Amino acid sequence: MLNKIFETLKIISLSKLTRIIVFSLFVIFLTLGLFESLLLSPEDYIQSDAVRIMYVHVPAAWISLGIFSFIAFLSLGIFIFKNKNFVIIAKSFAPSGLVFNLIALVTGSIWGKPTWGTWWAWDPRITSMLVLFLFYILYIASWRLFENDKAAKISSLVAIAGFVNVPIIKFSVDWWASLHQPSSVKILSETTIHSSMLTPLLLMTAAFALFSVLIFLMKYNIELIKIKTKGLDRL
Amino acid sequence: MYSKKVKLRFLFIVVFLSLIVLTIFIVFKVLKDNVVYFKSPSEINLQMEISKKKIRVGGMVKKNSVKMNNNKIDFIITDFKNELYVTFSGTVPNLFEEEKGVVAEGFLNDKKFLVADKILAKHDENYMPPEVKKSLGE
Repeated sequence: MLNKIFETLKIISLSKLTRIIVFSLFVIFLTLGLFESLLLSPEDYIQSDAVRIMYVHVPAAWISLGIFSFIAFLSLGIFIFKNKNFVIIAKSFAPSGLVFNLIALVTGSIWGKPTWGTWWAWDPRITSMLVLFLFYILYIASWRLFENDKAAKISSLVAIAGFVNVPIIKFSVDWWASLHQPSSVKILSETTIHSSMLTPLLLMTAAFALFSVLIFLMKYNIELIKIKTKGLDRL
Repeated sequence: MYSKKVKLRFLFIVVFLSLIVLTIFIVFKVLKDNVVYFKSPSEINLQMEISKKKIRVGGMVKKNSVKMNNNKIDFIITDFKNELYVTFSGTVPNLFEEEKGVVAEGFLNDKKFLVADKILAKHDENYMPPEVKKSLGE
């Protein structure tokens, strides 16, 4: 059953039509998102225009966390089902996760200077995001450092171990006295971002997610070609 | 549905994961004091002796407490239980304001007085346009 799912997934991801659809959706959402965040949305009552950095910073952080969690989840698959399809997908998602993590750190730094008054602080939230970045590097490096079979296992272990950091990032602003502001968008209680500012935030998140999927599709195709040319067309 | 081996591997992973979580939890419990980015005036008040090291104190800037002359700024950090006098020379961040969050970094003279060499403004989780803020205030 599992193999059937992967076969269908492969056919879908390999088709050019999928890439075209994802790309067009990405362009649409990015255009709407930029238009909303740069022109239509109001300035903040205290930060004025500096608030617009949020529309890149927050989605980038969300996506990098989401991708890492997904990678960790898929990595469990190789140990439970001994099916390598899981790790090929996980591996193909890693680069976009890393890039969005870096974007979150850099934009956070740019945002910190005009608002908090510092480029960098060894604050729990910021430090734990840096740790996530190191885990991403470790994950991608382990694919380069080890041979195929070993790499799949070691990288998966890195992802699973690194996942421990994810709740730490999420709750760092609640558990410890931190310079970073607490979450504004909450599942259980009311969101503290005005709706006119929430729209661009969600549009940009959708655009970044679509971008990650697009990069994933390209990377996944390359991985599949690599396996085929090595004569290992059965995973 | 799945073979016994799959189930065993699943169990192994569950144990492995709980071990990692436990380890990290313990490590963080031990390190707790070092993780905190700043202390509150009340925590400073409870300390037995004044540390010679650089510290960070955070809280609210007390209403009507900010006095500026030339480059020097004096204000009071409060956590609504205890207060701490802060003196600072230099420019403060744009978001520094009365009744807003602040973190001051510097050396304690005594339990009630901090000579800061860096002021950071703390922002809360509320974002809204100025008009909305105005109508909320009225």
